Amino acid sequence: MPITLRWSKKAPIKPHSASKHNAAPLTLINPFTDKPATVGLDHMTYEQLEEFGIELDAVRQRVLDDIGQKDADYIRRVIKAQRAAEILGRIGIFMPFFPPAFIAGIVLLGLAKILDNMEIGHNVMHGQYDWMNDPMVDGARYEWDNMADAKDWKHGHNYIHHTYTNIHGMDRDIGYNLLRIDPDQPWYGTHRFNLPMAFVLMMFFEWGVMYHGIELDQYLQGKISKADFQGRKKRAMRKIRRQVTKDYIAWPLVGLALVPFVGWWAPLAILGANVVANIIRNIWTFLIIFCGHFPADVATFAEEDAQNENRGQWYYRQILGSANISGHAPFHVLTGNLSYQIEHHLFPDIPARRYPEVAEDVKRLCKEYDLPYHTGRLSKQLVSVAGQLAKYGAKPSDPYKVGNSPESKALRRAKREEAARRATALSETQLTS
Amino acid sequence: MGIIRSALTSRVVRSLTSPNSIDDYLQQVHPMLAAENVRARVVEVRRETGEASTVVMRTNGVWKGFLPGQHVQFGVEVDGTRRIRVFSVSSARPAKGRSRTFSVSVKAHPDGYVSQFLHKELTPGTIVYLSQAEGEFVLPREVPSSLLLVSGGSGVTPVMSMLRTLRATGHSGDVTFLHYARSRDDEMFTDELDEIAGSTSMRVVRVYTRQPTPDAELQGRFHVDHLKHLGIDPVDTLTYVCGPAGLIATVRDTYGELGAAEQLRQEYFKVPSVDVDAADATGTLVFDTTLVEAPNTGATILEQAEAAGLQPDFGCRMGVCNTCAVKKNSGAVRHVVSGEISADTDETIKICVQVPVGDVNIAL
Repeated sequence: MPITLRWSKKAPIKPHSASKHNAAPLTLINPFTDKPATVGLDHMTYEQLEEFGIELDAVRQRVLDDIGQKDADYIRRVIKAQRAAEILGRIGIFMPFFPPAFIAGIVLLGLAKILDNMEIGHNVMHGQYDWMNDPMVDGARYEWDNMADAKDWKHGHNYIHHTYTNIHGMDRDIGYNLLRIDPDQPWYGTHRFNLPMAFVLMMFFEWGVMYHGIELDQYLQGKISKADFQGRKKRAMRKIRRQVTKDYIAWPLVGLALVPFVGWWAPLAILGANVVANIIRNIWTFLIIFCGHFPADVATFAEEDAQNENRGQWYYRQILGSANISGHAPFHVLTGNLSYQIEHHLFPDIPARRYPEVAEDVKRLCKEYDLPYHTGRLSKQLVSVAGQLAKYGAKPSDPYKVGNSPESKALRRAKREEAARRATALSETQLTS
Repeated sequence: MGIIRSALTSRVVRSLTSPNSIDDYLQQVHPMLAAENVRARVVEVRRETGEASTVVMRTNGVWKGFLPGQHVQFGVEVDGTRRIRVFSVSSARPAKGRSRTFSVSVKAHPDGYVSQFLHKELTPGTIVYLSQAEGEFVLPREVPSSLLLVSGGSGVTPVMSMLRTLRATGHSGDVTFLHYARSRDDEMFTDELDEIAGSTSMRVVRVYTRQPTPDAELQGRFHVDHLKHLGIDPVDTLTYVCGPAGLIATVRDTYGELGAAEQLRQEYFKVPSVDVDAADATGTLVFDTTLVEAPNTGATILEQAEAAGLQPDFGCRMGVCNTCAVKKNSGAVRHVVSGEISADTDETIKICVQVPVGDVNIAL
């Protein structure tokens, strides 16, 4: 059956799958011209890129055809381990009088939150297990043990970040509107504090993710409606209320029962344990995410270059825009297999446990087409990220790279006027035709 | 157990387990252990005919019981995927108290994935995922003195539950059971129906439409003469009919003509197949969220969405469970069962039983 995209102008590629919470990969379209995207053309020809896209599509299809019981068993095993770690962790932190159990409890609770956020939450909310039709792993219903509301996170992550990966002005995850991590980002005075700000973000990462999902910047720029913004705020407040109530009020209140046996400080110990467990998770998720996207050799792209891209170009952009982290099997589980960030960005909707096997094909294709495949140990990637933050925190000498220099302002004004002119011209041609 | 269950589902416990529910933890201990989710273990799978089976199950304590004639959403996992279908309860309602054992009876459709699985592969001990019993096709609290139960094919199941319940409770009124099957071999519950016919005051009449028995009281498909022959006056006989769309349509028309429409209760056992060649297979179906569009083929919106590569949620695929409900932004749709056309903008529809009429825009 013929299926066409709704835009009056046809996109070069059709969306892959179209479950409601995973619109990627949609292509970027320039309504004014049919000029193909230039992404990847310095590496290979347009035809080679198309071929490359077909080969990767075949890899994806092969995995999709093989999905079944073993993938279902795997995610249920992870969920079982997560629940066990959570319950044992909560029992452990109820023994503040016995430090080994107390500390083990904190670690287990942190581990449970990591498993919930990474291998379960992140991946389930990508729709990787929707085919199971089990409400427990349904991407549309899943809510994670994290300050960010699932719905708004899915929009910002699954749709915006995974579609417009590393495109300046479109992917809000480049530096999270807080840090300067790439030379093509405009520099502002606050970026002098890149490293300390990144450290604070690491400690309170779940709050950062929540704030990012409210999209205050988008609202102030007039890109989202007031109703949309207020809905986001409302959902964020509801989620904060639930998370804070659970970790910082309800469980410490249950800890009151320990007071006669342990002392007045028992609820405080439980509160502190919850704070530490959340911070453990925050640090871990921050490290994995930053090392997956911000090491020095990861590329970013300009919107003009990515417009009208074909499937191969879309894949090319994902490969160059991500970096893997090498490690052993348990490490990969704790990262939610996001240590295979490249494979995740190529195929966000296949069960993440398949990324190691897919990586073999991706590496082979990268070799065949002479493409870089960025990977390295966590320590190496981390040093690289810190180096980037330090380097791009310094004020650039080029005035066009400084956000509020007169030169940049003039450039932005010129671009705005140009866009307005073209839009008027287009509407006039439509009227006359 | 009731107090424990309400404690486990209380807001206090919820605030401690948020964002999960208590069942997310309990089911890790044992799949049957739950405070809110109905689960059951298959006790027995009994062959009724070459094509039909009865599945006897024992539920967990969450099950609230059923009324004769109700159905249940039945989920079973095959190759990692939970498949959910709606089946009618066929067993008798226990006389008093809540019983955790009940059965559904299912005819295997040639391309019915779940019904084929039930018939051929389901084994005792399997855990199945259920809903509470639902449906309005039930006997009233006070069963009137004159009752007619009509069924066709595997539409016998909810009616069988009624018949068995009436028998078990020693109901003394006039009950006539009129059943249409293709042949005696194709009929479910044959031995039990023979026995009921012989040992109770209930009148059991079976019509085999393809291979009639020589001494049959009635022959052919349902006709108003069948009622006359049985001496039934529809106007003062509460009547339940369940079966294929054709049977229901005939009975409904007959009752309408005789001015007895109020006495009729009806239930489809499957969604009538859609006439794909119908004139309303025009226009374009637009899936607004995913920006996909396809020419309207005249199939249900759910089927068309799947054909277009989308993966909408669905459950029963017969307009019962509401899992597939989504917003229709604009356009007219026709309900495949009632034929009702609705053209409101921004209304929520069940896409498994709605066919687009002309251009339709759906929030999928």
